[in-house]
Amino acid sequence: MNLIHFFSQNHEQVLDLTLEHLWLVGVSTLLAVLIGIPLGILSAHWPVWNKPVLGTANIIQTIPSLALFGFLLPVPWLGDHADRLAILALTLYALLPVIRNTYTGIRGVDPAVVEAGRGMGLTGRQLLFQVELPLALSVILSGVRVAVVVSVGLATIAAAIGAGGLGEFIFRGLAMVNNQLILAGAIPAAVMALTADFCLGWLEKRLRPR
Amino acid sequence: MDANVAHSPVIEFRDVDYALPNGLQLLSGLNLQVQRGETLVLLGRSGSGKTTSLKLLNRLLNPSGGEVRVNGAPNAEGDVIRLRRSIGYVIQDVGLFPHFTVERNIGLVPRIEGWPVARIHQRVEELLRMVGLEEQTASRYPHQLSGGQRQRVGVARALAADPAILLMDEPFGALDALTRDQLQREFLSLQRRLNKTVVFVTHDLREALRLGSRIALMEAGRLVTVLSPEDFLRSTDPLAAAYVRAFRDGLDSAANRGAS
Repeated sequence: MNLIHFFSQNHEQVLDLTLEHLWLVGVSTLLAVLIGIPLGILSAHWPVWNKPVLGTANIIQTIPSLALFGFLLPVPWLGDHADRLAILALTLYALLPVIRNTYTGIRGVDPAVVEAGRGMGLTGRQLLFQVELPLALSVILSGVRVAVVVSVGLATIAAAIGAGGLGEFIFRGLAMVNNQLILAGAIPAAVMALTADFCLGWLEKRLRPR
Repeated sequence: MDANVAHSPVIEFRDVDYALPNGLQLLSGLNLQVQRGETLVLLGRSGSGKTTSLKLLNRLLNPSGGEVRVNGAPNAEGDVIRLRRSIGYVIQDVGLFPHFTVERNIGLVPRIEGWPVARIHQRVEELLRMVGLEEQTASRYPHQLSGGQRQRVGVARALAADPAILLMDEPFGALDALTRDQLQREFLSLQRRLNKTVVFVTHDLREALRLGSRIALMEAGRLVTVLSPEDFLRSTDPLAAAYVRAFRDGLDSAANRGAS
């Protein structure tokens, strides 16, 4: 009851922080897609790159998020702007699922299809854009989906370094031992994650090749 | 010059070797010529080097020794993409693009070659008729087709840009006996009309005898002998004779069982 009261009293702030949260997640996901898909293609086509690329992404994933935010804090251009820093950290975390699923998706394309395409005289680029990527798309998208869901959760921690987002409520709530406030941050974040999961899952199903 | 071209083989293997990067020799000293308009069948067991030979023609593989010549010139010279687009390629697993309709599958090479849309459409219709498929098939996806229909689409796709050379790697191998029989018959009548230079890979002697103008028998990466179908049945070559014996035994044992 109190929570509904809180939301109606503070709807402006809830909205602001939600939008901030969306911004952090959106930009970092976009960056992770722009960087991760080419890296996934690289490691799928040239096995030499497979280990270094996936290995690095794996290692990044094991760094505790709070520590990563801390590490990045003294970096000149980044440390001045908490949101830049948060976006970078979130991007790094989102890379692994994107790279891994791009790799798996492309490697999973029926070899007969790829060979037929090569034998018919498709160039490498035509093969990639007309055959491999379309057929791998649903797998890649499921990686993006994982990345988004994880980012929504992780982005709450970004408030610890002053990057804003729904984590503000959570940290404030923790400091004030106020469960209401914690829920005011946690519930919109959970709704956001579930919505993204549902929408991307639906898209993924539609794009799955038969 | 013209007479020269007419008599020179369309395809020629000159002392061709192929070894895997790990040193395993898959093909050694292959010398073989294919004349214009003939159907040369590469017959052999799996691992005999027949598919390897086929892939050396459109440079899906490159020889580790010797030279493969297509239309009188080494195929290693010139643009590999041009080469492949001038050679039709049909494989056993068909390899139709699952996300393309039949029409887009067949029209792929014409499309990337920049043909006008109307001409591609017309060509697809023509090809569907040619391989005995109904016009409505054009808008279907590969998973909606039967195995025989899929293989027909595969043949139509290979013929799309009207290549003079057709490579077929066990195209009917995965089909049931009756469908295979029908497609073989259609292949023969198609070949009589189109007069392509065909290299056809199979492990099935019956298919080789039926479709080939000559049969090249391969074993363990070497060419054993090249014979016409009639000569193959009479051959004293031990391997060829073994194939013929195995083939006849199947018929005989069934006939004997019927008699007893």
